[in-house]
Amino acid sequence: MHPLLKYCSGERRLLLGNEAVVRGLLEAGCGVAAAYPGTPSSEIGNNLFFIAQEEDSPIYFEFSTNEKVAMEVAAAAAASGVRSFTCMKHVGMNVASDVMMTLAYIGVKGGMVIFVADDPSMHSSQNEQDSRIFARFANLPMLEPSSPQEMKDMTIEAFEISEALELPVIVRSTTRTSHVSGPVIMGDRCQDVKRRGRFQKELFRWVPVPAVARQRHKWLLEQVDRAEDMAVSSGFNRVEGNGPRAILCSGVSVSHVRDAVNDLGVHDRVRLVVMGFPLPFPKRFVMDALEGVEKVLVVEELEPVMEEQLRLMLDDAEMDLPVFGKASGDLPRLYEFQPTDVARVVAKFTDEDFSEPVLPDLSGMPDLPMRPPTMCKGCPHRETYNNVKEALKQLGIEENTIYPSDIGCYTLALLPPIKMADYLTCMGSSVGTSAGFSAATDQKVVSFIGDSTFFHSGLSPLASAVHNKHNFCLVILDNSTTAMTGQQPHPGIWLKPPGFDKPTISIEDVVKAMGVKNFVRINPYKKQEAVAALKEILSMDGVCVVLSEAPCVLYKKRVSGGRKK
Amino acid sequence: MDRKRILITGVGGQGNLLAARLLGHAAITMDIPVRISEVHGMAQRGGVVESAVMLGGIESPIISRGQADVLLSFEPLETLRSLNKCSSKSTVITNTRPIVPFTVKLGQAEYPEMDEWFSFMEKNFARFHAIDADAMAREAGTAKAVNVVMLGALIGTGILPFSRAVMEETIKNVVKPKFVDANIKALGLGAEAVQ
Repeated sequence: MHPLLKYCSGERRLLLGNEAVVRGLLEAGCGVAAAYPGTPSSEIGNNLFFIAQEEDSPIYFEFSTNEKVAMEVAAAAAASGVRSFTCMKHVGMNVASDVMMTLAYIGVKGGMVIFVADDPSMHSSQNEQDSRIFARFANLPMLEPSSPQEMKDMTIEAFEISEALELPVIVRSTTRTSHVSGPVIMGDRCQDVKRRGRFQKELFRWVPVPAVARQRHKWLLEQVDRAEDMAVSSGFNRVEGNGPRAILCSGVSVSHVRDAVNDLGVHDRVRLVVMGFPLPFPKRFVMDALEGVEKVLVVEELEPVMEEQLRLMLDDAEMDLPVFGKASGDLPRLYEFQPTDVARVVAKFTDEDFSEPVLPDLSGMPDLPMRPPTMCKGCPHRETYNNVKEALKQLGIEENTIYPSDIGCYTLALLPPIKMADYLTCMGSSVGTSAGFSAATDQKVVSFIGDSTFFHSGLSPLASAVHNKHNFCLVILDNSTTAMTGQQPHPGIWLKPPGFDKPTISIEDVVKAMGVKNFVRINPYKKQEAVAALKEILSMDGVCVVLSEAPCVLYKKRVSGGRKK
Repeated sequence: MDRKRILITGVGGQGNLLAARLLGHAAITMDIPVRISEVHGMAQRGGVVESAVMLGGIESPIISRGQADVLLSFEPLETLRSLNKCSSKSTVITNTRPIVPFTVKLGQAEYPEMDEWFSFMEKNFARFHAIDADAMAREAGTAKAVNVVMLGALIGTGILPFSRAVMEETIKNVVKPKFVDANIKALGLGAEAVQ
């Protein structure tokens, strides 16, 4: 049995933040969950995937083709009265936002929790957007855990809040909350999970035509007020200490601040205002918490979300309380915080001396060789790139080629010696931007997309490109898995783990059905044949598609039970 | 117990995360507050893998400049790379066996002369141990036990309130049964190497 199903109430276990979220779902009785993998949220989907495969699993889970679809699955389940869940990385929320913005209008019946993992410092992402702004944009309540225990507790509480408000509730982590392990005390696993509900039709609710949407938007704003009341009285917002200076913080910053206060020994000078339920910004709670303080420091990573809310609130109340944080230049809007940087700011704020750690003189340190990430030994992508490069060289057009790229292990092709990734914004952008380059330049366009990314966001731009008669060659790198995030399945997989019984959708059939006439399938390891086939198709006009098919070497090893062939 | 920040560094595939988790499980057994942070993602691709184990009530999961009480490094180049996380008061324990990065193999960079740096560390840090963990792991019966040899060395210094018996018990609970004996032997070899 999966360990997260086995643990008993009261047991204390070392759990990863993301695992604690999954345990929270089991304790809350979540019945339906769906996700598309994305680091730093991936372990949640992976654990749910294995739990859902257990006999008598308490939860339905699917890897959907993208975050939008996953959120739609969860939304409909919640509309039917079933507790539901979806999770994603921050940029996944961009994809799901089309659903989310209007889902906020129509709301839910069963509790629905949307988990989003931000990635300050971009450990494994293309940007460091702050999802808290999405919560404000969509008018949805947001909780921000700061420890593995809170990851579990807040996931459970989020369902209660969601049902009370009939709104989805967002739980937001960052890399350093998702990928931190710590002791978590188990609660009771829900024994009577509602796996199936019944959808009650409501003409003036679930279909937001303008006349309905106008009513629902009004309702939503009323719910925001109710949500703020709940945040005001929530135990997740709390004051620690009663010193004359206040530090407002949330998420991982709570940990940095607590350590700094301990290390500096300034407990008597500060009070920590810990914001576990920061949005909608609970003005009355914060006002009470700031009663009689001399000044406030706001410690939050990325955007000054709480800081701006605080300034507005103080301004409305005509209070002249000095606020320190990003606007004062004390803390940056860039990257995740380093604990010593937070400690230095807390020291300044509390008029305490900060003693820098004494390091030995490291000035003689040479430039150290890097270990940049690279494609694995034997990776089929490397072969595909080399074959395409060779074909273009032989055709004499290599210098005149643009390589739009996409999101996956193969983005590493940007590095030397391959250097075949020139332009990228997001999932699926290889295809849409190829159309743009084809419309705007006379350069050859050869783009690359992975199989999972193709199903995520490649289908619609390919249809558009064929219809609009663009001119480029799309290479689909089909390794039969979502490799980069840890080998999750997708609709196109043909190499399957034992017991995996879902059907395969053939990429070749899909591409041809979309009207692509110039199509070729290659085996990237058969260099000579591959280069010959590539030379032929790279000489053609119109939308051309190459399907380069060979399994991810790590995935193949795992599916075969770790045996070497 | 005293609050301790332990930085574990190495290269993908060396079992860094397991070493951190073994410490975590041991801490839970002994009722010592613990938090572990892991850098995931590129681990399989020969990149640097870092984890941090915070004991005794430290909450922040990151070790910044000069903050590490202990640096436990599975690879000498990575020891050098992480030295700025240590202060003069730190304990540095390093494996001596290099894993040469492909950037060096391609001639884009040079692997530093480690012997000089080992003497530098000997002189400049409160405590320093350099051991050939790869050789000891092989002696224990599996080349994969480099992580547990290094863990043994950490326990052997007596800096942490974890006895060998507690670690052995943790290994029995966490590691796959067929690797338990080799790992317990590896733990012992590491511990003896620093005494």
